[in-house]
Amino acid sequence: MQLEQQLRDRLKNKDILLMTHIVLGYPSFEINRQVIRQMVANGVDCIEMQIPFSEPMADGPVIVRANQQALKNGTTVAECLIFAAEMAASYDIPFLFMTYYNIIFKYGEKAFLAKAHEHGIKGCIVPDLPPEEAASFLQLAADYQIAPILIFAPTSIDERMRVLASYANGFIYCVARRGVTGTKSVIDQDVADYLKRCRQATALPLAVGFGIQDRADVAALIGLADMAVIGSQTIRLVDEQGPAAVGPFIAGLR
Amino acid sequence: MVTSMETKDRQGFFGNWGGAYIPEVLHQTFQELNTEFRRCKNDPLFWQEYVDLMSTYSCRPTPLTHAENLSQYFGGAQIYVKREDLNHTGAHKANNVMGQGLLVKRMGKKRVIAETGAGQHGVATATMAAKFGLKCTIYMGEEDVRRQRPNVFWMEKLGATVIPVTDGSRTLKDAINEAFRDWVTNVDDTHYVLGTVCGPHPFPEMVAWFQSIIGLEAAEQIIRYHGRMPARIFACVGGGSNAMGIFKRFIPETTVELVGVEAGGLGIATGAHAARLSGTDGSPGVAQGYKTMFLQDSDGQMKETHSVAAGLDYVGISPILTDLWEQGRVRFESATDNEVMAALDLTMKKEGLIPALESSHAFVQAFKEAPQLSPADAIIINMSGRGDKDIFTIAHAFNDPSWQDFIIKRGLEYSQKK
Repeated sequence: MQLEQQLRDRLKNKDILLMTHIVLGYPSFEINRQVIRQMVANGVDCIEMQIPFSEPMADGPVIVRANQQALKNGTTVAECLIFAAEMAASYDIPFLFMTYYNIIFKYGEKAFLAKAHEHGIKGCIVPDLPPEEAASFLQLAADYQIAPILIFAPTSIDERMRVLASYANGFIYCVARRGVTGTKSVIDQDVADYLKRCRQATALPLAVGFGIQDRADVAALIGLADMAVIGSQTIRLVDEQGPAAVGPFIAGLR
Repeated sequence: MVTSMETKDRQGFFGNWGGAYIPEVLHQTFQELNTEFRRCKNDPLFWQEYVDLMSTYSCRPTPLTHAENLSQYFGGAQIYVKREDLNHTGAHKANNVMGQGLLVKRMGKKRVIAETGAGQHGVATATMAAKFGLKCTIYMGEEDVRRQRPNVFWMEKLGATVIPVTDGSRTLKDAINEAFRDWVTNVDDTHYVLGTVCGPHPFPEMVAWFQSIIGLEAAEQIIRYHGRMPARIFACVGGGSNAMGIFKRFIPETTVELVGVEAGGLGIATGAHAARLSGTDGSPGVAQGYKTMFLQDSDGQMKETHSVAAGLDYVGISPILTDLWEQGRVRFESATDNEVMAALDLTMKKEGLIPALESSHAFVQAFKEAPQLSPADAIIINMSGRGDKDIFTIAHAFNDPSWQDFIIKRGLEYSQKK
C-alpha cells in the first residue's frame, strides 16, 4: 500500500509522474550518485535501480551494455545494496530495485527482501519472474512490505491481466510494445487501446515503459497512464554528454 | 525409482529443476506452444509423421555400429556406436529441428529463429526452414562465428540470415539471450526453435521427446545384435539433447548405467571448462528461462566457460539431466581437451570413424571404462555428430602443419586476387 499511496499523493499535483532507470555501477557509483541527484532535483517521482546481471534477457542493447560494463567494473550485489540504502536515506522519493531473478535467488529471497526493506526500498521489478514461479517471493515481499511490480504486455489477454493484477502491489508496469528496452515506441491508437484494457484490469496506477524517450511521448501518455518510465534514454544521454545533461533533459520532459 | 520424465506438481518441473521463467510478453505464446505440443504428443499420427519424415529426409534409423577393433584393442566390453553422425547435416540436431518444424507448420507460423553454438543446430534449422518454406534467422556468438566459419557459410547458402552476437562472452548463452530478444519482438509470426533440452518449459520436455527416437532405435538394435541390454551408455553433454535422446528409453532399465560426459576443457582445476555436474563448480541458479545447475559466481553472474568443442561450451545444463543426476540415475564425468584429441585420433585409426569433437568426449569416458567390463558386456557410445565437416576446427586442434601450409597458401591466393 505504501508505494501506491506515495504515488497517489504525488499524482494530486501532476498530470503524470516520471520514473527513471539507472544501472548500478554504470558507468560508476559516483556517476550514479550525480545522476540521481539531478533526477530528484528536477522532479522525478520514482527511480528504479537495476542490479546488473550477466544475462539481461529482457533488455535492449543500451542497457545490456551498461550491465556488462558495470560487471566488468567489478560491481557486486553487496555494493548495490549499500548504495541503494544511501540513496533511499538521502531523498524523499520511492526507490525500487529492478533485477533478474537469479540475483535474488542466489542472495536468498528472504535475505534479499529483508535487506531491501531495511534499506528503505519500496518495490521490486523482476522481469523474468512470472507469478507462476513466484509463490514464495510474493509471500516474502508482502511480509517485508516490498511491492512486487508485475508487468502487463500488449500480448497479455484481459483474463491474464486480471490474474497478474491480483498478485500486484504499488503499480503495474505496462510494457508499451513487444520487444526489448530502448527502441523508440510510438504512442498510437493501438497503445491507447491497450492501456484502456490495462486500466479495466486493475485499480492500481499504471506505469508505461519501453521506448519512452521525449516530451512528446510523455505528453501522449497523459490521461492514459499515471507514470512514464524513462529507461535507456538517460543512460544514452550520460554516455554521450555526461551526467550534467540529465537535469535539463528531465526538466524538459513535462 | 521415481522417474520424473513427465512433468509433475509445478508445471514444467523435473524434481527441483526446470520451470518457465519467462518475460510476460511471451506468456501467451507459451500457452499456445504448450497446447499444440500436448496435442502433438498425444497424437500417434504426429509421431508417425515425424518418423516417416526422418526416414525419408534424414537417415533414420541410424545404424548401430559394432566397433570391433576398438573392442579388441581395449579387451573389455563390446563397444557399439550409435551413428547420429549419419543424419542429414551430420548430427542428432536434425531430429529436434525437423520435429519442431512439423510443430511450426501446425501452428501456422511463418518465421523461425534459432541460437547455435557449434553451428550444427543452426545448419539443421536452416535446412528445415528451406524445406518447409520458412524465413530463418540464426543467432551465433561472434566467437563461435570465428571458430565455425564453414557452418556460417552453409547457413547463409541455405537462405538463413546469420547474426553474430557481440554481447557477453559471445558464445552460446549470449546467442540464446539474443534469440529471446528477437522472439519477444516478433512473437506473433515467429517460433523459436530452441536447440537443446534447456530453456523454459516445454522446451526441455519437447526436445527430449523428439530426440528420444535415438534411444528407441538403439534399444531395438542392441537387443538384435547383442541379445540383451547394454551395461553402460555414454553421451557427451552440452545442453544435453543427444544424451537425453539416447538415455530416455533406458531410464526404466535399471541395469543400464547412464553416463554423461561434460567438457573438462583445460582441466577442472584450471576453471577453464564447462563441467556443471561433474566436479563441484556448478551451483543452483535461474537463467535463460529455467532453473538448473549453472557455472556462476557467488553473486549469480554467469562465468565464462571453455571447451575445444563449441557445442559443449555452455553455462547451464538440461533440468531433466540435473534431476536424473540428483536422483543418482545418471553419472557425470568430464573429459579434457587433450583426452578428446587422443580419443578422436584413436577412433579414426582403429575404426575409420570421425566423431565430432563434442561426441569425442563420450568416447574418452567409454575408453576409460571399457577395459573394466567383460567381453560379454556391451556398451553404447552416442556418436552425436560427425567431425569431418569440422575440418577447420579439428585440423587446428591437431595443430597439423601441412594443413596450416595449405591455409596460408590459399590465403595468399585470395589476397592476391583482391
